[in-house]
Amino acid sequence: MEHLPLIAQVQAYTAIALGLIIGLGAIGACIGIGIMGSKFLESAARQPELIPTLQGRMFLLAGLIDAAFLIGVALAMFFAFANPLLAKFG
Amino acid sequence: MAAEETLSSTEYITHHLTHLTVGHGFWSFHVDTLFMSTLLGLLTLGLIYSVSRTSTAGVPGKGQAFVELVVEFIDTSVKEVFHLDRSFLAPLALTIFMWVFMMNAMDLLPLDLPGKIAGLFGLGHWRVVPTADANTTFAMSLTVLGVVLFYSFKAKGAGGFIHELFTAPFGANPVLWIPNFVLNLVELLSKPVSLAMRLFGNMYAGELVFMLIALLGAGFFHLTVGSTVGFFGQIAMGAAWAIFHILIITLQAYIFMVLTVVYSAMATEHH
Repeated sequence: MEHLPLIAQVQAYTAIALGLIIGLGAIGACIGIGIMGSKFLESAARQPELIPTLQGRMFLLAGLIDAAFLIGVALAMFFAFANPLLAKFG
Repeated sequence: MAAEETLSSTEYITHHLTHLTVGHGFWSFHVDTLFMSTLLGLLTLGLIYSVSRTSTAGVPGKGQAFVELVVEFIDTSVKEVFHLDRSFLAPLALTIFMWVFMMNAMDLLPLDLPGKIAGLFGLGHWRVVPTADANTTFAMSLTVLGVVLFYSFKAKGAGGFIHELFTAPFGANPVLWIPNFVLNLVELLSKPVSLAMRLFGNMYAGELVFMLIALLGAGFFHLTVGSTVGFFGQIAMGAAWAIFHILIITLQAYIFMVLTVVYSAMATEHH
């Protein structure tokens, strides 16, 4: 129990870090999807006959853009529930 | 999970995140992942095979029409990008797509159901989604790396491959050999890592959100206003997230397949 303040400190910093991971990742992912989506709509309006091809590519790109964000979310969740930094305290 | 014990939310989630492990340290095997991935692979490929056995040249049945649809879709995707003989790559792409899709789709099963069934067999943990285990995704992406290296050697020859490793993209000057090599190494290693982590991250996060949604309705039997709202919230959010997750599942399987084909095609290009 003498480690309680230290444990609390590690958990507090972990919580802040999780917020940053998810928040900053979300900013990047959403702005990326927004830019890509706007380009898609522009080209769809310009050349409607290409919509099926472009739509397929758009979904592919959406998956790729979201990748880093979701990896961050997965890591953040891992730290939230099985924080390895607390293992030092036993 | 015994009915008498009550778990805190953290314990519930960590219980659901634990694999059924045999062995320890480096030699720990995730038995549930191994079993589910093998079972789903045999099931998926067995289904396609059995449809191919009973296919007719006349009016196709629904199973045959579905398999033909998928095979044609994969073939078109491979043909667009890959210009060598695709008699190996297209079946590989089909396997990857169908197998990853089936493994991902296990995420849509009710959360506590696999645990209950495993409990009937006396097992403490059972994680049904093999692709939510980094071992599976890295195994697949390292195999894809092997395929990419195979195509590199096939298209450029061993000597040509080593030559390109040290002279592309900057130039053939010996001063540039180290930067070229470092860049090529990073490019080569980032492909399987990103491939594996993308699929793993998506599936792991998806599973975790399902667990968090399940915790919403956990207090239902105490019948307070909060827990009743939580229960209906769980149904609504669970349905919404499951519907969204259907898209994610398909998309991630498709992305894995397309990137495999694209990396293989890039490996056969000469500089």
